Amino acid sequence: MEAVKKEHELIVSVSPHVRSEESVSRIMWTVNISLLPALIAGIYFFGPKAAYVTAISIISAVMSEWGVQKMTGRRSAIGDGSAVLTGLLLGMNLPATAPFYIPIIGSLVAIAVTKQLFGGLGFNVFNPALIGRAFVLITWPRAMTTWMEPTAAFVGLDAKTTATPLGLLKEEGLHKLLEVFGSKASLYTELFLGHRAGSLGETSAIALLIGAAFLLYKRYITWHIPLTFLGTVAVVAWVFGGKTPETGKFLLFAGDPILHLLSGGLILGAFFMATDYVTVPSVRAGQILFGVGCGLITMLIRLKGGYPEGVMFAILLMNCFTPIIDRNLKTKLFGKKKEKGK
Amino acid sequence: MSHEHQYSNWQLIKDGLFKENTIFRLAISLCPAIAVTNGLKNGVYMGLAVMFVQVMVNVTVSSIKNFLNPLVRIPVFMLIISGWVSVTDMVMAAYARDVYRQMGLYIQLIVAFASILVMAEMFASKNKVVPSFFNGLGSGLGFMVALVVISFFRELLGRGSLWGFEIAGGSKPLLIMLLPTGGFFAVGILMGFFNWIDIRFYGGKGAGGASGH
Repeated sequence: MEAVKKEHELIVSVSPHVRSEESVSRIMWTVNISLLPALIAGIYFFGPKAAYVTAISIISAVMSEWGVQKMTGRRSAIGDGSAVLTGLLLGMNLPATAPFYIPIIGSLVAIAVTKQLFGGLGFNVFNPALIGRAFVLITWPRAMTTWMEPTAAFVGLDAKTTATPLGLLKEEGLHKLLEVFGSKASLYTELFLGHRAGSLGETSAIALLIGAAFLLYKRYITWHIPLTFLGTVAVVAWVFGGKTPETGKFLLFAGDPILHLLSGGLILGAFFMATDYVTVPSVRAGQILFGVGCGLITMLIRLKGGYPEGVMFAILLMNCFTPIIDRNLKTKLFGKKKEKGK
Repeated sequence: MSHEHQYSNWQLIKDGLFKENTIFRLAISLCPAIAVTNGLKNGVYMGLAVMFVQVMVNVTVSSIKNFLNPLVRIPVFMLIISGWVSVTDMVMAAYARDVYRQMGLYIQLIVAFASILVMAEMFASKNKVVPSFFNGLGSGLGFMVALVVISFFRELLGRGSLWGFEIAGGSKPLLIMLLPTGGFFAVGILMGFFNWIDIRFYGGKGAGGASGH
Protein backbone atom coordinates (compact mmCIF):
# COMPACT_ATOMS: atom_id res chain seq x y z
CA MET A 1 0.00 0.00 0.00
CA GLU A 2 2.81 2.32 0.90
CA ALA A 3 4.52 1.69 -2.42
CA VAL A 4 1.34 2.41 -4.34
CA LYS A 5 0.97 5.66 -2.51
CA LYS A 6 4.52 6.72 -3.32
CA GLU A 7 4.08 5.93 -6.97
CA HIS A 8 0.83 7.81 -6.99
CA GLU A 9 2.57 10.84 -5.63
CA LEU A 10 5.27 10.62 -8.25
CA ILE A 11 2.80 10.55 -11.13
CA VAL A 12 1.18 13.87 -10.28
CA SER A 13 3.59 16.27 -11.88
CA VAL A 14 3.36 19.50 -13.77
CA SER A 15 2.78 19.31 -17.47
CA PRO A 16 4.12 18.87 -20.12
CA HIS A 17 4.31 15.11 -19.77
CA VAL A 18 6.51 14.62 -22.76
CA ARG A 19 8.90 11.72 -23.01
CA SER A 20 11.12 12.61 -25.92
CA GLU A 21 14.04 14.80 -26.84
CA GLU A 22 11.67 17.74 -27.08
CA SER A 23 12.64 20.36 -24.56
CA VAL A 24 10.72 23.25 -23.13
CA SER A 25 12.88 25.74 -24.95
CA ARG A 26 12.45 23.97 -28.30
CA ILE A 27 8.66 23.98 -27.88
CA MET A 28 8.68 27.65 -26.90
CA TRP A 29 10.74 28.67 -29.91
CA THR A 30 8.53 26.62 -32.21
CA VAL A 31 5.44 28.36 -30.89
CA ASN A 32 7.21 31.67 -31.45
CA ILE A 33 7.85 30.71 -35.06
CA SER A 34 4.27 29.55 -35.54
CA LEU A 35 3.07 33.01 -34.50
CA LEU A 36 5.19 34.71 -37.16
CA PRO A 37 2.61 34.49 -40.01
CA ALA A 38 0.05 36.33 -37.88
CA LEU A 39 2.64 38.89 -36.85
CA ILE A 40 3.63 39.48 -40.46
CA ALA A 41 -0.05 39.86 -41.36
CA GLY A 42 -0.40 42.38 -38.55
CA ILE A 43 2.58 44.40 -39.79
CA TYR A 44 1.19 44.19 -43.33
CA PHE A 45 -2.18 45.57 -42.25
CA PHE A 46 -1.15 48.09 -39.61
CA GLY A 47 2.25 49.19 -40.85
CA PRO A 48 5.57 49.62 -39.04
CA LYS A 49 3.77 50.71 -35.87
CA ALA A 50 2.74 47.10 -35.31
CA ALA A 51 6.34 45.93 -35.53
CA TYR A 52 7.40 48.72 -33.18
CA VAL A 53 4.83 47.79 -30.49
CA THR A 54 5.68 44.08 -30.71
CA ALA A 55 9.42 44.75 -30.57
CA ILE A 56 9.10 46.92 -27.44
CA SER A 57 6.92 44.28 -25.87
CA ILE A 58 9.38 41.43 -26.54
CA ILE A 59 12.43 43.41 -25.46
CA SER A 60 10.85 44.57 -22.21
CA ALA A 61 9.56 41.06 -21.47
CA VAL A 62 13.03 39.58 -21.88
CA MET A 63 14.60 42.35 -19.84
CA SER A 64 12.02 41.91 -17.05
CA GLU A 65 12.72 38.19 -16.97
CA TRP A 66 16.46 38.76 -16.84
CA GLY A 67 16.14 41.46 -14.18
CA VAL A 68 13.90 39.46 -11.87
CA GLN A 69 15.99 36.33 -12.24
CA LYS A 70 19.12 38.32 -11.40
CA MET A 71 17.44 39.95 -8.39
CA THR A 72 16.10 36.70 -6.98
CA GLY A 73 19.29 34.79 -7.70
CA ARG A 74 17.59 32.30 -9.99
CA ARG A 75 19.39 30.81 -12.94
CA SER A 76 18.90 33.13 -15.85
CA ALA A 77 16.75 31.37 -18.43
CA ILE A 78 15.95 34.04 -20.99
CA GLY A 79 17.24 31.75 -23.73
CA ASP A 80 14.38 29.28 -23.32
CA GLY A 81 12.11 31.49 -25.38
CA SER A 82 9.27 31.62 -22.89
CA ALA A 83 9.81 35.30 -22.12
CA VAL A 84 10.01 36.03 -25.83
CA LEU A 85 6.76 34.14 -26.31
CA THR A 86 5.04 36.10 -23.54
CA GLY A 87 6.26 39.38 -25.01
CA LEU A 88 5.22 38.35 -28.50
CA LEU A 89 1.74 37.27 -27.41
CA LEU A 90 1.27 40.44 -25.40
CA GLY A 91 2.42 42.60 -28.30
CA MET A 92 0.05 40.80 -30.66
CA ASN A 93 -2.80 41.49 -28.25
CA LEU A 94 -2.27 45.25 -28.27
CA PRO A 95 -3.63 47.77 -30.73
CA ALA A 96 -0.97 48.98 -33.17
CA THR A 97 -1.55 52.54 -31.98
CA ALA A 98 -0.59 51.74 -28.38
CA PRO A 99 1.85 54.31 -26.97
CA PHE A 100 5.28 52.97 -25.98
CA TYR A 101 4.64 52.70 -22.24
CA ILE A 102 1.78 50.24 -22.67
CA PRO A 103 3.87 47.28 -23.89
CA ILE A 104 6.58 48.11 -21.33
CA ILE A 105 4.24 48.11 -18.32
CA GLY A 106 2.28 45.19 -19.72
CA SER A 107 5.40 43.05 -20.10
CA LEU A 108 6.63 44.01 -16.66
CA VAL A 109 3.37 42.93 -15.06
CA ALA A 110 3.22 39.79 -17.19
CA ILE A 111 6.73 38.60 -16.40
CA ALA A 112 7.59 40.05 -12.99
CA VAL A 113 4.23 39.78 -11.23
CA THR A 114 2.35 37.00 -12.98
CA LYS A 115 5.22 34.65 -13.74
CA GLN A 116 8.28 35.24 -11.57
CA LEU A 117 6.52 36.18 -8.32
CA PHE A 118 4.65 32.89 -8.53
CA GLY A 119 7.87 30.96 -8.97
CA GLY A 120 8.88 31.22 -12.61
CA LEU A 121 8.09 29.10 -15.65
CA GLY A 122 5.77 26.24 -14.77
CA PHE A 123 4.42 27.73 -11.55
CA ASN A 124 2.29 30.62 -12.75
CA VAL A 125 -1.45 30.22 -12.22
CA PHE A 126 -2.50 32.64 -14.93
CA ASN A 127 -1.41 33.17 -18.48
CA PRO A 128 1.22 35.94 -18.13
CA ALA A 129 0.54 37.66 -21.46
CA LEU A 130 -3.18 37.86 -20.72
CA ILE A 131 -2.68 39.26 -17.22
CA GLY A 132 -0.36 41.84 -18.74
CA ARG A 133 -3.03 42.73 -21.26
CA ALA A 134 -5.81 42.83 -18.66
CA PHE A 135 -3.66 45.14 -16.54
CA VAL A 136 -3.06 47.65 -19.31
CA LEU A 137 -6.64 47.40 -20.58
CA ILE A 138 -8.01 48.35 -17.17
CA THR A 139 -5.33 50.96 -16.60
CA TRP A 140 -5.54 52.77 -19.93
CA PRO A 141 -8.97 51.87 -21.29
CA ARG A 142 -9.01 54.65 -23.85
CA ALA A 143 -5.61 53.96 -25.42
CA MET A 144 -6.32 50.24 -25.41
CA THR A 145 -9.60 50.57 -27.29
CA THR A 146 -8.53 53.08 -29.91
CA TRP A 147 -8.37 50.90 -32.98
CA MET A 148 -6.70 51.87 -36.19
CA GLU A 149 -8.24 51.27 -39.57
CA PRO A 150 -6.10 48.64 -41.31
CA THR A 151 -5.50 50.28 -44.67
CA ALA A 152 -4.38 53.60 -43.28
CA ALA A 153 -0.81 52.39 -43.02
CA PHE A 154 -0.32 52.12 -46.77
CA VAL A 155 -1.74 55.34 -48.03
CA GLY A 156 0.54 57.19 -45.69
CA LEU A 157 -2.23 59.19 -44.08
CA ASP A 158 -2.52 59.63 -40.36
CA ALA A 159 -4.04 56.58 -38.76
CA LYS A 160 -7.79 56.76 -38.86
CA THR A 161 -9.52 55.25 -35.86
CA THR A 162 -12.53 53.01 -36.06
CA ALA A 163 -14.38 50.38 -34.08
CA THR A 164 -13.69 46.66 -34.16
CA PRO A 165 -16.32 44.42 -35.79
CA LEU A 166 -17.38 43.17 -32.35
CA GLY A 167 -17.54 46.73 -31.07
CA LEU A 168 -19.78 47.68 -33.97
CA LEU A 169 -21.91 44.60 -33.42
CA LYS A 170 -22.34 45.50 -29.76
CA GLU A 171 -22.96 49.23 -30.17
CA GLU A 172 -24.82 49.43 -33.46
CA GLY A 173 -25.92 45.95 -34.43
CA LEU A 174 -25.44 43.65 -37.39
CA HIS A 175 -26.94 46.00 -39.97
CA LYS A 176 -24.24 48.61 -39.33
CA LEU A 177 -21.57 45.94 -39.69
CA LEU A 178 -22.99 44.89 -43.04
CA GLU A 179 -23.15 48.54 -44.09
CA VAL A 180 -19.44 49.00 -43.36
CA PHE A 181 -18.25 45.80 -44.99
CA GLY A 182 -20.75 45.68 -47.85
CA SER A 183 -22.24 42.23 -48.10
CA LYS A 184 -22.14 39.26 -45.79
CA ALA A 185 -19.72 37.43 -48.09
CA SER A 186 -17.28 40.31 -48.12
CA LEU A 187 -17.61 40.60 -44.34
CA TYR A 188 -16.55 36.97 -43.93
CA THR A 189 -13.71 37.35 -46.44
CA GLU A 190 -12.34 40.47 -44.80
CA LEU A 191 -12.54 38.86 -41.38
CA PHE A 192 -10.87 35.69 -42.63
CA LEU A 193 -7.99 37.58 -44.25
CA GLY A 194 -7.66 39.98 -41.37
CA HIS A 195 -8.54 43.23 -43.07
CA ARG A 196 -10.29 44.74 -40.06
CA ALA A 197 -9.62 46.80 -36.97
CA GLY A 198 -8.41 45.00 -33.89
CA SER A 199 -5.35 44.03 -31.90
CA LEU A 200 -2.42 43.81 -34.25
CA GLY A 201 -1.94 40.05 -34.14
CA GLU A 202 -5.51 38.84 -33.80
CA THR A 203 -7.05 40.03 -37.04
CA SER A 204 -5.87 37.57 -39.65
CA ALA A 205 -7.66 34.28 -39.15
CA ILE A 206 -5.85 32.58 -42.03
CA ALA A 207 -2.36 33.49 -40.77
CA LEU A 208 -3.24 32.30 -37.27
CA LEU A 209 -4.68 29.06 -38.61
CA ILE A 210 -1.49 28.37 -40.58
CA GLY A 211 0.53 28.69 -37.36
CA ALA A 212 -1.99 26.60 -35.44
CA ALA A 213 -1.95 23.88 -38.10
CA PHE A 214 1.82 23.73 -37.82
CA LEU A 215 1.58 23.31 -34.03
CA LEU A 216 -1.10 20.63 -34.40
CA TYR A 217 1.05 18.82 -36.96
CA LYS A 218 4.05 18.94 -34.61
CA ARG A 219 1.68 17.74 -31.85
CA TYR A 220 2.70 20.58 -29.55
CA ILE A 221 -0.97 21.31 -29.03
CA THR A 222 -3.93 18.98 -29.22
CA TRP A 223 -7.36 19.64 -30.68
CA HIS A 224 -9.18 19.28 -27.36
CA ILE A 225 -9.15 22.84 -26.05
CA PRO A 226 -9.25 24.85 -29.31
CA LEU A 227 -12.00 22.75 -30.87
CA THR A 228 -14.27 22.70 -27.82
CA PHE A 229 -13.62 26.40 -27.26
CA LEU A 230 -14.51 27.34 -30.84
CA GLY A 231 -17.37 24.83 -30.94
CA THR A 232 -18.97 26.20 -27.80
CA VAL A 233 -18.68 29.75 -29.10
CA ALA A 234 -20.24 28.74 -32.41
CA VAL A 235 -23.14 26.89 -30.79
CA VAL A 236 -23.90 29.63 -28.28
CA ALA A 237 -23.63 32.29 -30.97
CA TRP A 238 -26.00 30.37 -33.19
CA VAL A 239 -28.56 29.69 -30.46
CA PHE A 240 -28.50 32.90 -28.46
CA GLY A 241 -26.79 35.46 -30.69
CA GLY A 242 -29.67 36.16 -33.01
CA LYS A 243 -32.02 39.08 -33.36
CA THR A 244 -34.92 39.63 -35.70
CA PRO A 245 -33.76 42.03 -38.42
CA GLU A 246 -36.81 44.31 -38.24
CA THR A 247 -37.51 44.79 -34.57
CA GLY A 248 -34.14 43.88 -33.07
CA LYS A 249 -35.82 41.52 -30.65
CA PHE A 250 -34.15 38.43 -29.30
CA LEU A 251 -34.63 35.38 -31.52
CA LEU A 252 -33.49 31.82 -30.84
CA PHE A 253 -31.42 29.86 -33.39
CA ALA A 254 -30.78 32.86 -35.60
CA GLY A 255 -27.28 33.91 -34.62
CA ASP A 256 -24.27 34.15 -36.86
CA PRO A 257 -21.63 31.68 -35.65
CA ILE A 258 -19.12 32.44 -38.44
CA LEU A 259 -19.03 36.12 -37.55
CA HIS A 260 -18.37 35.29 -33.91
CA LEU A 261 -15.74 32.70 -34.77
CA LEU A 262 -13.74 35.00 -37.02
CA SER A 263 -13.89 38.21 -35.02
CA GLY A 264 -12.19 39.32 -31.85
CA GLY A 265 -9.22 37.48 -30.43
CA LEU A 266 -10.95 34.12 -30.48
CA ILE A 267 -8.64 32.22 -32.84
CA LEU A 268 -5.48 33.66 -31.31
CA GLY A 269 -6.82 32.90 -27.84
CA ALA A 270 -8.13 29.42 -28.56
CA PHE A 271 -5.04 28.10 -30.35
CA PHE A 272 -2.18 29.95 -28.72
CA MET A 273 -3.26 31.04 -25.24
CA ALA A 274 -5.82 28.52 -24.07
CA THR A 275 -3.26 25.84 -24.92
CA ASP A 276 -0.47 27.15 -22.71
CA TYR A 277 0.95 24.04 -21.01
CA VAL A 278 1.31 25.64 -17.62
CA THR A 279 -2.06 27.22 -17.02
CA VAL A 280 -4.52 24.74 -18.50
CA PRO A 281 -5.54 21.24 -17.35
CA SER A 282 -3.28 18.40 -18.44
CA VAL A 283 -6.06 15.78 -18.34
CA ARG A 284 -7.94 15.28 -21.60
CA ALA A 285 -11.43 15.40 -20.04
CA GLY A 286 -10.34 18.47 -18.12
CA GLN A 287 -9.16 20.14 -21.30
CA ILE A 288 -12.56 19.61 -22.87
CA LEU A 289 -14.23 21.07 -19.81
CA PHE A 290 -11.78 23.98 -19.95
CA GLY A 291 -12.56 24.66 -23.59
CA VAL A 292 -16.31 24.56 -23.04
CA GLY A 293 -16.01 26.87 -20.05
CA CYS A 294 -13.89 29.33 -22.03
CA GLY A 295 -16.45 29.35 -24.83
CA LEU A 296 -19.38 29.91 -22.48
CA ILE A 297 -17.71 32.79 -20.63
CA THR A 298 -16.56 34.37 -23.89
CA MET A 299 -20.07 34.36 -25.30
CA LEU A 300 -21.58 35.52 -22.02
CA ILE A 301 -19.33 38.59 -22.10
CA ARG A 302 -19.81 39.18 -25.83
CA LEU A 303 -23.60 38.99 -25.69
CA LYS A 304 -24.39 40.31 -22.23
CA GLY A 305 -21.27 41.90 -20.76
CA GLY A 306 -19.94 45.43 -20.82
CA TYR A 307 -16.91 44.65 -22.99
CA PRO A 308 -17.33 43.79 -26.67
CA GLU A 309 -14.75 40.99 -26.41
CA GLY A 310 -14.45 38.35 -23.71
CA VAL A 311 -11.78 35.86 -24.79
CA MET A 312 -9.14 37.29 -22.48
CA PHE A 313 -11.31 37.26 -19.36
CA ALA A 314 -12.71 33.84 -20.27
CA ILE A 315 -9.26 32.25 -20.43
CA LEU A 316 -8.12 33.99 -17.25
CA LEU A 317 -11.25 32.93 -15.35
CA MET A 318 -10.89 29.35 -16.52
CA ASN A 319 -7.20 29.42 -15.50
CA CYS A 320 -8.49 29.78 -11.93
CA PHE A 321 -10.29 26.46 -12.31
CA THR A 322 -7.33 24.56 -13.73
CA PRO A 323 -6.06 23.16 -10.42
CA ILE A 324 -9.50 21.99 -9.32
CA ILE A 325 -10.23 20.45 -12.73
CA ASP A 326 -6.91 18.64 -12.75
CA ARG A 327 -7.37 17.36 -9.23
CA ASN A 328 -10.85 16.00 -9.77
CA LEU A 329 -10.50 14.54 -13.24
CA LYS A 330 -7.08 12.97 -13.05
CA THR A 331 -6.90 9.36 -14.11
CA LYS A 332 -7.93 6.89 -11.45
CA LEU A 333 -5.23 4.47 -10.43
CA PHE A 334 -6.21 0.94 -11.26
CA GLY A 335 -6.70 -1.18 -8.17
CA LYS A 336 -6.32 1.70 -5.76
CA LYS A 337 -8.70 1.62 -2.85
CA LYS A 338 -11.08 4.49 -2.56
CA GLU A 339 -10.09 6.73 0.29
CA LYS A 340 -12.60 7.23 3.02
CA GLY A 341 -14.70 10.35 2.96
CA LYS A 342 -14.28 11.01 -0.73
CA MET B 1 -0.04 35.75 25.15
CA SER B 2 0.53 34.82 28.79
CA HIS B 3 -1.45 36.29 31.65
CA GLU B 4 1.52 38.25 32.90
CA HIS B 5 3.04 40.48 30.29
CA GLN B 6 6.81 40.51 30.16
CA TYR B 7 7.25 43.38 27.76
CA SER B 8 7.89 47.04 28.36
CA ASN B 9 5.35 49.51 27.05
CA TRP B 10 7.75 50.59 24.34
CA GLN B 11 8.12 46.96 23.29
CA LEU B 12 4.33 46.66 22.99
CA ILE B 13 4.16 49.62 20.63
CA LYS B 14 7.06 48.30 18.57
CA ASP B 15 5.46 44.86 18.30
CA GLY B 16 2.21 46.39 17.10
CA LEU B 17 4.07 48.37 14.49
CA PHE B 18 6.33 45.65 13.11
CA LYS B 19 6.27 42.17 14.57
CA GLU B 20 2.49 41.95 14.90
CA ASN B 21 1.50 44.50 12.31
CA THR B 22 -2.21 43.92 11.67
CA ILE B 23 -2.04 44.13 7.90
CA PHE B 24 1.43 43.09 6.88
CA ARG B 25 2.19 40.44 9.50
CA LEU B 26 -1.11 39.10 10.83
CA ALA B 27 -2.98 39.76 7.56
CA ILE B 28 -6.27 40.50 9.30
CA SER B 29 -8.64 43.41 8.58
CA LEU B 30 -7.56 43.37 4.95
CA CYS B 31 -10.99 44.57 3.80
CA PRO B 32 -10.46 48.21 4.85
CA ALA B 33 -6.84 48.00 3.71
CA ILE B 34 -8.17 47.54 0.19
CA ALA B 35 -11.51 49.35 0.31
CA VAL B 36 -10.57 52.77 1.67
CA THR B 37 -6.95 53.15 0.61
CA ASN B 38 -7.38 54.75 -2.79
CA GLY B 39 -6.40 58.12 -1.35
CA LEU B 40 -3.88 59.16 1.27
CA LYS B 41 -6.47 61.28 3.09
CA ASN B 42 -8.87 58.36 3.49
CA GLY B 43 -6.04 56.14 4.68
CA VAL B 44 -4.95 58.56 7.38
CA TYR B 45 -8.49 59.21 8.66
CA MET B 46 -9.36 55.53 8.67
CA GLY B 47 -6.13 54.74 10.49
CA LEU B 48 -6.83 57.40 13.11
CA ALA B 49 -10.38 56.14 13.63
CA VAL B 50 -9.25 52.55 14.05
CA MET B 51 -6.44 53.53 16.38
CA PHE B 52 -8.84 55.48 18.60
CA VAL B 53 -11.35 52.63 18.72
CA GLN B 54 -8.62 50.09 19.38
CA VAL B 55 -7.14 52.02 22.29
CA MET B 56 -10.50 52.78 23.90
CA VAL B 57 -11.79 49.23 23.48
CA ASN B 58 -8.61 47.78 24.97
CA VAL B 59 -8.75 50.10 27.96
CA THR B 60 -12.46 49.45 28.55
CA VAL B 61 -12.18 45.68 28.21
CA SER B 62 -9.13 45.55 30.42
CA SER B 63 -10.74 47.60 33.18
CA ILE B 64 -13.92 45.52 33.35
CA LYS B 65 -12.33 42.11 32.76
CA ASN B 66 -12.72 41.02 36.39
CA PHE B 67 -16.48 41.58 36.41
CA LEU B 68 -17.01 39.60 33.24
CA ASN B 69 -18.49 36.13 33.02
CA PRO B 70 -16.17 34.43 30.48
CA LEU B 71 -19.18 32.77 28.82
CA VAL B 72 -20.60 36.06 27.60
CA ARG B 73 -17.36 37.88 26.99
CA ILE B 74 -17.63 38.06 23.18
CA PRO B 75 -21.09 39.72 23.16
CA VAL B 76 -19.84 42.15 25.78
CA PHE B 77 -16.77 42.93 23.68
CA MET B 78 -18.99 43.54 20.70
CA LEU B 79 -21.14 45.95 22.72
CA ILE B 80 -18.06 47.85 23.86
CA ILE B 81 -16.68 47.98 20.34
CA SER B 82 -19.94 49.19 18.85
CA GLY B 83 -20.19 51.83 21.53
CA TRP B 84 -16.80 53.27 20.72
CA VAL B 85 -17.40 52.95 16.98
CA SER B 86 -20.60 54.98 17.37
CA VAL B 87 -18.63 57.66 19.18
CA THR B 88 -16.05 57.75 16.36
CA ASP B 89 -18.77 57.73 13.76
CA MET B 90 -20.58 60.69 15.26
CA VAL B 91 -17.39 62.68 15.83
CA MET B 92 -16.28 62.15 12.25
CA ALA B 93 -19.73 62.97 10.92
CA ALA B 94 -19.55 66.25 12.79
CA TYR B 95 -15.98 67.36 12.17
CA ALA B 96 -14.74 65.68 8.97
CA ARG B 97 -17.73 65.84 6.71
CA ASP B 98 -16.20 65.38 3.27
CA VAL B 99 -14.14 62.41 4.36
CA TYR B 100 -17.11 60.97 6.21
CA ARG B 101 -19.26 61.22 3.11
CA GLN B 102 -16.77 59.04 1.25
CA MET B 103 -16.14 56.39 3.86
CA GLY B 104 -18.91 56.65 6.44
CA LEU B 105 -19.92 53.08 5.79
CA TYR B 106 -16.44 51.82 6.54
CA ILE B 107 -16.29 53.74 9.79
CA GLN B 108 -19.40 51.90 10.91
CA LEU B 109 -17.85 48.67 9.70
CA ILE B 110 -15.00 49.04 12.21
CA VAL B 111 -17.36 47.08 14.48
CA ALA B 112 -16.61 44.01 12.43
CA PHE B 113 -12.86 44.47 12.08
CA ALA B 114 -11.06 41.36 13.16
CA SER B 115 -8.10 43.30 14.51
CA ILE B 116 -10.15 45.08 17.19
CA LEU B 117 -11.77 41.94 18.55
CA VAL B 118 -8.55 39.94 18.33
CA MET B 119 -6.61 42.44 20.42
CA ALA B 120 -9.43 42.69 22.97
CA GLU B 121 -9.68 38.92 23.28
CA MET B 122 -5.99 38.04 23.09
CA PHE B 123 -4.51 40.86 25.11
CA ALA B 124 -6.81 43.29 26.86
CA SER B 125 -8.98 40.65 28.53
CA LYS B 126 -5.88 39.11 30.13
CA ASN B 127 -3.73 42.11 30.96
CA LYS B 128 -3.79 45.22 33.10
CA VAL B 129 -5.03 48.54 31.86
CA VAL B 130 -1.70 50.25 31.10
CA PRO B 131 -0.19 47.48 28.95
CA SER B 132 -3.57 47.11 27.24
CA PHE B 133 -3.48 50.78 26.41
CA PHE B 134 -0.04 50.46 24.85
CA ASN B 135 -0.99 47.28 23.04
CA GLY B 136 -3.97 49.06 21.52
CA LEU B 137 -1.82 52.05 20.66
CA GLY B 138 0.80 49.89 19.00
CA SER B 139 -1.64 47.80 17.06
CA GLY B 140 -3.61 50.88 16.00
CA LEU B 141 -0.42 52.62 14.96
CA GLY B 142 0.65 49.59 12.98
CA PHE B 143 -2.71 49.55 11.23
CA MET B 144 -2.48 53.25 10.49
CA VAL B 145 1.07 53.03 9.16
CA ALA B 146 0.05 50.16 6.91
CA LEU B 147 -2.94 52.08 5.55
CA VAL B 148 -0.85 55.20 5.03
CA VAL B 149 1.83 53.30 3.12
CA ILE B 150 -0.71 51.48 0.96
CA SER B 151 -2.76 54.58 0.22
CA PHE B 152 0.39 56.62 -0.44
CA PHE B 153 1.42 54.32 -3.26
CA ARG B 154 -2.11 53.85 -4.57
CA GLU B 155 -2.89 57.55 -4.78
CA LEU B 156 0.54 58.41 -6.17
CA LEU B 157 0.42 55.73 -8.89
CA GLY B 158 -3.30 55.79 -9.55
CA ARG B 159 -3.95 59.52 -9.61
CA GLY B 160 -0.54 61.17 -9.69
CA SER B 161 -1.44 63.18 -6.61
CA LEU B 162 -0.98 63.12 -2.83
CA TRP B 163 -3.58 64.30 -0.31
CA GLY B 164 -5.52 65.62 -3.30
CA PHE B 165 -2.65 67.78 -4.60
CA GLU B 166 -1.46 67.14 -8.11
CA ILE B 167 2.25 66.33 -8.04
CA ALA B 168 2.88 64.46 -11.26
CA GLY B 169 1.05 66.59 -13.77
CA GLY B 170 0.76 65.38 -17.33
CA SER B 171 1.71 61.79 -16.57
CA LYS B 172 -0.40 58.79 -17.43
CA PRO B 173 -1.52 57.44 -14.06
CA LEU B 174 -2.16 53.75 -13.56
CA LEU B 175 -5.93 53.78 -13.19
CA ILE B 176 -5.91 50.18 -12.03
CA MET B 177 -4.28 51.20 -8.75
CA LEU B 178 -7.47 53.01 -7.73
CA LEU B 179 -9.61 49.93 -8.35
CA PRO B 180 -9.85 47.02 -5.89
CA THR B 181 -7.46 45.07 -8.12
CA GLY B 182 -4.79 47.67 -7.46
CA GLY B 183 -5.47 47.36 -3.74
CA PHE B 184 -4.64 43.67 -3.88
CA PHE B 185 -1.52 44.40 -5.91
CA ALA B 186 -0.37 47.03 -3.42
CA VAL B 187 -1.08 44.94 -0.31
CA GLY B 188 0.54 41.86 -1.79
CA ILE B 189 3.68 43.57 -2.97
CA LEU B 190 4.12 45.57 0.24
CA MET B 191 3.54 42.44 2.32
CA GLY B 192 6.23 40.73 0.31
CA PHE B 193 8.51 43.69 0.83
CA PHE B 194 8.01 43.62 4.62
CA ASN B 195 8.63 39.88 4.64
CA TRP B 196 11.81 40.48 2.69
CA ILE B 197 12.98 43.02 5.27
CA ASP B 198 12.15 40.56 8.03
CA ILE B 199 14.03 37.71 6.39
CA ARG B 200 16.97 39.75 5.15
CA PHE B 201 17.71 41.94 8.15
CA TYR B 202 16.14 40.26 11.17
CA GLY B 203 16.59 36.61 10.27
CA GLY B 204 12.85 35.94 10.51
CA LYS B 205 10.82 33.59 8.42
CA GLY B 206 8.28 36.00 6.99
CA ALA B 207 4.55 35.83 7.53
CA GLY B 208 2.10 33.82 5.49
CA GLY B 209 -1.18 35.42 6.47
CA ALA B 210 -4.07 34.67 8.78
CA SER B 211 -4.41 31.10 7.60
CA GLY B 212 -0.65 30.50 7.72
CA HIS B 213 1.04 28.54 10.43
